[in-house]
Formats: sequence, structure tokens, C-alpha cells
Amino acid sequence: MNDSTQLEAPAVAKNGDMKQRMVGIEIENLHLSFGQTEVLSGVDLTIEPGEFFAFLGPSGSGKSTLLRAIAGFGPRPRGMIRIGGRDVIDLPPWKRNVGMVFQSYALWPHLSVRENVAFGLRELRFPRAEIGPRVDAALDLVGLRDLADRMPNQLSGGQQQRIALARTVVVEPQVLLLDEPLSNLDANLRVQMRRELLALQRKLGLTTIFVTHDQEEANTTSDRMAVLDGGVIQQVGTPQQLYDAPCNLFVAGFLGTANILEGRVERDGEAVRFVTTTGEALPIAEAEPGRGSIVLRPQNITLTTDGGPGTIAGEVVHREFLGSQIRYIVQAAGAEIIVDQSHSVGTDWQEIGAKVSLRINARTAVVIPRGHGA
Amino acid sequence: MPDTPATGNLADKLPSALFPRLSATALVAVLIAIILIGLLLIPVLLVIYVAFQDPNTGALTLNNFRDFFSSSLFRESFWNSFYVSAMSVVIATAIALPLAYITTRFNFAGSILIQSLGFIPLIMPPFVGAVAMQLIFGRNGTVNLLLRDSFGFTIPFMDGLNGVILVQSIHYFPFILINLSASLRNIDRSMEEAAQNLGSHGMRLFRRIVFPLAMPGYIAGAALVFIKVFDDLGTPLLLNVNNMLAPQAFLRISSIGISDPMGYVISFILVMFSIFSLWASFLFMRGKDYATVQKGGGGLSRRDLKLGEKILAYGVVLLILAFVLSPHIGLTLLAFGTIWSFAPLPDGYTLKNFVTMWQTSGQYISNTILYAGLAALADVIIGTAIAYIVLRTRIFGRKALDYLATAALAVPGVVLGIGYLRLFHGIEVPFVGKPMASWWVIIALALMIRRLPYALRACTAALQQVSVALEEAAENLGATKGRTIRRVVIPLMTAGILAGFVTSFATAAVELSATIMLVSSDADAPLAYGIYLFMQTPSGRGAGAALGLVAVLIVGLGTFISQLIVERDKKYRMNGQDQ
Ligand SMILES: Nc1ncnc2c1ncn2[C@@H]1O[C@H](COP(=O)(O)OP(=O)(O)O)[C@@H](O)[C@H]1O
Ligand SMILES: [Mg+2]
Repeated sequence: MNDSTQLEAPAVAKNGDMKQRMVGIEIENLHLSFGQTEVLSGVDLTIEPGEFFAFLGPSGSGKSTLLRAIAGFGPRPRGMIRIGGRDVIDLPPWKRNVGMVFQSYALWPHLSVRENVAFGLRELRFPRAEIGPRVDAALDLVGLRDLADRMPNQLSGGQQQRIALARTVVVEPQVLLLDEPLSNLDANLRVQMRRELLALQRKLGLTTIFVTHDQEEANTTSDRMAVLDGGVIQQVGTPQQLYDAPCNLFVAGFLGTANILEGRVERDGEAVRFVTTTGEALPIAEAEPGRGSIVLRPQNITLTTDGGPGTIAGEVVHREFLGSQIRYIVQAAGAEIIVDQSHSVGTDWQEIGAKVSLRINARTAVVIPRGHGA
Repeated sequence: MPDTPATGNLADKLPSALFPRLSATALVAVLIAIILIGLLLIPVLLVIYVAFQDPNTGALTLNNFRDFFSSSLFRESFWNSFYVSAMSVVIATAIALPLAYITTRFNFAGSILIQSLGFIPLIMPPFVGAVAMQLIFGRNGTVNLLLRDSFGFTIPFMDGLNGVILVQSIHYFPFILINLSASLRNIDRSMEEAAQNLGSHGMRLFRRIVFPLAMPGYIAGAALVFIKVFDDLGTPLLLNVNNMLAPQAFLRISSIGISDPMGYVISFILVMFSIFSLWASFLFMRGKDYATVQKGGGGLSRRDLKLGEKILAYGVVLLILAFVLSPHIGLTLLAFGTIWSFAPLPDGYTLKNFVTMWQTSGQYISNTILYAGLAALADVIIGTAIAYIVLRTRIFGRKALDYLATAALAVPGVVLGIGYLRLFHGIEVPFVGKPMASWWVIIALALMIRRLPYALRACTAALQQVSVALEEAAENLGATKGRTIRRVVIPLMTAGILAGFVTSFATAAVELSATIMLVSSDADAPLAYGIYLFMQTPSGRGAGAALGLVAVLIVGLGTFISQLIVERDKKYRMNGQDQ
């Protein structure tokens, strides 16, 4: 993409204005049901102007439903949705000025690429003379101006995706909503497209919500994200916050690999320990005493051969070589614990059946009090 | 590897190309090709050829066409046929569009009604109901008598061409309904939502997005209706509307004889129109596979109807239902009525018509079962063979076989009838001692060719469901090709073949266009011809209607049975997959 040509183009010439017009989204106590089934229960969320925000959660967790509620699709929810301070809950989709890119792209097969992109401008009654240059600019933005006269079925998945994006941003919506935009692309393209998406979002400064079930996608693109499960927001924060300090077991398990042991926190003067149900005691940094679970990331456990206080004895039952790391499955504390050891030339391997000790990095362990998540 | 000299290659190939070693399947393919060429291609080409031939000298000429267009009767017939077909499309659209729209856009409890509306007309051939329609909607029919008594005016529903248009559109609108509903249902919700998201809604959205996306389905249905009406002979004939193309062709050939060139000129025009409409709809639909429904995604969003809208919807549906059922109701009244003339309803009710029908029509019914049975049997045999050759072998020209068999759809019955008369009139049947053209077998052959596309489609669908792996497993266990086909493929296709047989049989049983040209004596006539004869006289109508009910029964039962077979087979397969 060539920046100088784009800056001359009308759609992006307003780039400066657009940043000023950036709007936030506030959602308060949103409930939504399909018939008798409640699919969203009490969603509260604030998305900052210009933010790249992700909804992350397993399939069926209500991500699409929430996104569609913001765009005005689906059953009318109870609660409040404000976009740029304006209450939109009773506005029909065509009056909300939010741009949505559909998972299937939803390019109209009977219209050419150019006609697809021009559609919104025509609906907004733009003067004919203005439509052409704006469409060209939008196509330039996604780098596909030479495909303007193709029909959608003559485009590859990645190209369709870009055209769908161009069709949405050409009308300069206040908010950009993307529902699993990368899920129909193959793996390589997915990585490339998510970078392009982020670059485009930064350039336009559009408040963007990105729905995905892929934690890597959410981690690599979003400023902040909300993890959803069962129609409830579990936690909101930056990717690091959620990974390092999950507030419940669901978030802990959904973001990355986690070893979870049941037990209780005990305080002994200054020293705080987590005692597992099997009686192993692990020193930890700080936690309220009481029953709970401890979350241990595989890379924060060290595998040693010499035991000692604060370690757990175990036996290697399985081993996988992952290149930069070696992943061991260790039978210990009544569970199978995943341990990742970084690998470089000459690192020793533990054989299957070897008796080993696990030492945890006390600062990194997170304790989740009982009753916080499944 | 160095290139071997081209001559060496050629020499290797030549003999096998010139004298292919014919396997059993290839032999069957050749046989079928001969049948199709002899019974479909040659008769049609002959008709076209004769249209360009001077009747006296045999030289090629355009004079026949000049004569045709210089006759005001023929010009009028041409225009009438065109007008009736176009208007039938318009009226059929007016019936189908609201029905399709209501079922696909709203949550409407009456959708079941609409579904039955879609097939009720198809179980009654249009010509069967034509006379009954006259008694209900004609100038002195039920509706107009009531209108005249109460309001002092009448509506010319059935006057002249109007009658043909009304009967045809009531019969053929399901083609549009089914195709249009299917393509509306195939539009993914996101198509509509993407437009709403960009600021579009209401009529604008419908016009710019929904309608264009449904267009291919609509065009497919409309083209079919146009051709069917343009080619149809039975309906105008029974309504006594003779100034249209197909009836003119029939009248010329049956009154003047097979040497009169006008019948051939008309046939040529009919064929050209068929091909042209199919070609135009094909052109229009090329590259327009607009089925956009996603996995797990729904069709267009449906909303609930408000009370007023609900009443309106039911009103529309029930009104259309009344229209659509009127031929059936009329036919039933006619069959059970004593005298019905200048009265809203028959004077009294009786079973006498059925007695008369039974006494005089035994021959018609047994002929029908014989002809349609033979035709349908031959259809599924040929259909299975073609399906196998197309889907499972690499025999040269297999696609052509498929196209040729399907092309029968584009050949009007009148044209095939004239072609057979012309082709076979000079050929004596050995031992029978009459010309082949007036031998009953020729009727069965015409029916076979006309209904082959239906059977072929059913057999192809059935074979597509038999996985190649099953066949390979059998061959792998040492079965020969022929044994594999007989022991594995055919049994697995049974349900589909049976459904194809029933469809072919039921529709062949009520075929009139080709039959009417080929029947040479009443003793050889099938049921459809019998109905035609009965309906010629007012006193015969009752028995004709009774016979018509028999026809409806046959087609209805056939449709029901084939549906049942297909459904049961589907269930059986599903269960098989679960285990
Ligand atoms: N149109 C609908 N009717 C009924 N239930 C629905 C509908 N759409 C979604 N749901 C239900 O709502 C829940 C959330 O769905 P969705 O928002 O699509 O999940 P996600 O996008 O996170 O995979 C699911 O349990 C799904 O079955
Ligand atoms: Mg989703």
C-alpha cells in the first residue's frame, strides 16, 4: 500500500476529522433472550474511543449476539447501549452508523466489487460525482483497486474479506464491528490479515470491536478484550492482564495452558503457602487464606532433579518436543501437570519414567478463591 | 524421456480409435444413442426439414413460412399463443409472488396451506379441469350467474383466450412458486443485514438486494411456465380456442393430412420458441448461482405478522386456494351432477356418470396402464443406464447422451407427434399389417421419450447417493462390472428408480399433446384421449369428468407414492448413517 496516494483520496483525507469524531461505546446491564432462552445476561462494558477491542470466548458464548445487538440486529435487548453518548437501543440498524463486517463477508453476488462498495454511499444519497472517487479511495485503502470490476465470486477469500472491509469503511461509520473476520481464511493469510486489520484500524482511528474464539488473534490485535462465557462477561482487561491475573478458572483455562490444582491458602506469619488437597505445600507470594485453586502456567514451573522444601515430587509420563520448548507431562500432586522447559542446543532431556521435582515460581502463581468460575 | 515420433503415436492410436473394443456398457450406450437419435432427434429434425421443403417438389424453400405469415389466421394464432403464454406468466407470477413472499418473510401458521397449494394443481392436468372451469367461471357459470343476480355485471374470466390464460396460470403457477421460494430461501440473512447496516431498508432494500438475488429462481420458473403454455395443445382444444399455434398444427395435420406444410412450420416455431426461452433463461442465469445461505446461518429473517396483516395474509391465501381448487371442485360436481347448465350448481346428484364411464372407458383405462406402464418401465431402464454411463464411466460422448435425453423437455408433444406420423407413416409393421404410424406401440414410444427426462433425473439423483466406494468394495471382492451393477448398484438405487417410475407413469397417463396426434382408432386410445372425446359433447361431460377424476386419482396417488418412497428412503439412509 502506498501512503501518499491514499492521503490524497477523499475517504482518508478526513482522517484527521475522524480521529476527533472517535466515539466510545457504553453498555449497561444488557439482557437479551431468544424466546425463553437468555443468551446475554447483564453485560456491562465500556469501550474507549479509538480502542481496538476484542470479544473472546468459546463458540456459543454470545459474542456474535452481543456484537449484533450493538449493530441493531437480533431481538431487542433490555438495558442500555450508547454509542458516542447516544442511546441507540431503539434505533433500527440503518440509523446507527456502525459498520459491520460479516463472518461470511456477505458480499452481494449480483453486484460488482465497485457496486458493492458504492452501495452504502448511494443509500446515503451521496452526489454521483463523489461516489466514484470515494469508492476508489476505499479500494486503495485495502489495496484492491484493480479488482473493482470483478464479481465477488471471482475473488479469493482474502480478497473478499478486504472488499467487505472497504464496503464498510467507505461510509465512514463511527464504529467498526468485525465478526470472526479471519475465520474463513487459511492459516498463513490469517496472520497477515490480522496485521493489516490492525494497521488499518490504527490509520483510521476507528473504534473497533473484533469477535474471535481464537485467543492468539485477540492477544495479538486488541488493546483490551472481554472474555465471554455463557452470555456473561468474565473479565475485561489487556491481554497481559487477563493472562497473568485471570479472575476465575474459566479465564485462566481459556487463555493459554494452565495447570489447576485444588487446595487452600494458609498463612504462617509472613510466609504464605498453598496446600494442595494431596498435601503438597507450595510457597506463594500473596493471597487471602481459604479454599481455592492455584493456576500454574507451564513455563513458570521448573523441572529439577534435586528435591527440597517447596517442591513437588513427580514422575515424567509423557514428553513432546516443540522446538523452542520441551513439554513434559508430569504425574504429581494427584494430577497430570504440564511443564514447559525452554530448549536450546545441549539442554538435558528428562526421560519418561524419570523421578523429578517441580519448583514453582512463587510470584507468578495465581490463586483463585473458591466459587470463582467452573 | 525423448519425444517419440508423432507418427508412431498416431499409428498406435488409430486402430483403437477406428475400431473401439466395445465393452458391455459401451454397447448399451450405443444402443441408447440409437434409440434417442431414432425416436427423438430424427423425428424433430425431419419436422424442421419438411417445414423448409416445397410440398410438391421437395426442394428447399422459405415459401412455407411466407405462406404462414401471409395468412391472417396464422398471424393471429402466433400472436395469441405468445400473448396467452406471456399473460399466463404474469398471472402465475401474481399468484406465486405473494405466496412465496409470505412463506419466506413471515412467521405464518398458514404456510402448510401454501405448501399444499404448491402441488394441488400439479396433480390435475390442465385440460382435465378446463371444462369444469367453464362451468364455474364461464359466461353462464356459477360465479357469473351469482354476480349477475346480485350486482348485475359479469366478469369474462373464461371468454376466449382469457379462459386459456386462467386455466394455464392456475395449473402452472407452482413452477414459479417453487423456484422463487427456493431462491428466496437460499438468500442468507447476512445479505439483508449487510444492506441494513449500510443504511438501506424497506422497499429499497427489497428492490436492490432481495429481488435481484431471487431473480434467477424466478426466471427459471417463468421460462418453464412460458414454454409449457406455449406448447400446450390440450387446454385450448378443450376450451375450443383454436386460433393458437398448437391447435392449428393439430387441426391442419388431422384435417388436411401429413403432407400439409403448415403443421411443420408451426412445429418449427414451437421448437424455436422452446429452445429460445431455455437458452435465454440459461444465458440469464449463467454465473448467477446466488445461493448464499451459510452453514448454520438462516435464510432471510422472518417477523411475526400483526393482526391486520395476518387477516390479510389469510385472505390472500384462502382466495388463491379457492381459485386453485376450483377445477377440482368443478370436476367433482360435474362428475356427480345430473344436468349442469345455466345454474350455479348441478340440478341433482347421481352416480350414473361413473356407470357410463365404467361401461365405455374400460378400454381407455387398460390402454393407459399398458402404454404408460411400458413407457415408464423403458424410461427407468434407459434412465438408470444413462445415469450410470454419465456418472461412472468415461465413455466418449456420455454427456451428449444425457443432454439428448434431457432435450426431450424442449420438444413439444405436438411436434413429436407430427414427427412420428411423418417418419413412420410409410413403414409397415411386420405381422400386424398396418403402417407403423397407426400402431399403438408408437404411442407408448412417444410417451417414453417425453417422460424420459423425469425418470433420468430421478435415477441420476439415486445413483449420486450410491457411493463409489461401495462399488469398488464389490469389485475388489472379485465381482465383475456387470455383477457389481446388478448386485450392488441397482439394489441401492431401487427407491430412486421406483420414484422415477411412478412419476413417469403418472405423468404419461395424462399426456395428451402427442397422444392426440398418434391415436388412430378409439380402440387404441388412452384415458386422456377418452376425456377429450367425452368433453366434446355436453351429454358426455359427466362421464368425461368421472374419467377425469380417475386421472386425478392416478396422478395424485402416483405423486403421493413417489413422495412416500423418497421420504422412506431418506429416513432409511439417515438411520443407516447414525449406526
Ligand atoms: N437466532 C437464534 N435463535 C435462537 N438462539 C440463538 C440464535 N442465535 C444464537 N442463538 C444462541 O445464542 C447463543 C450465543 O450464540 P452466538 O452469539 O452466536 O455465539 P458465538 O458467536 O459466541 O459463537 C448460542 O447458544 C446460540 O445457540
Ligand atoms: Mg459467532
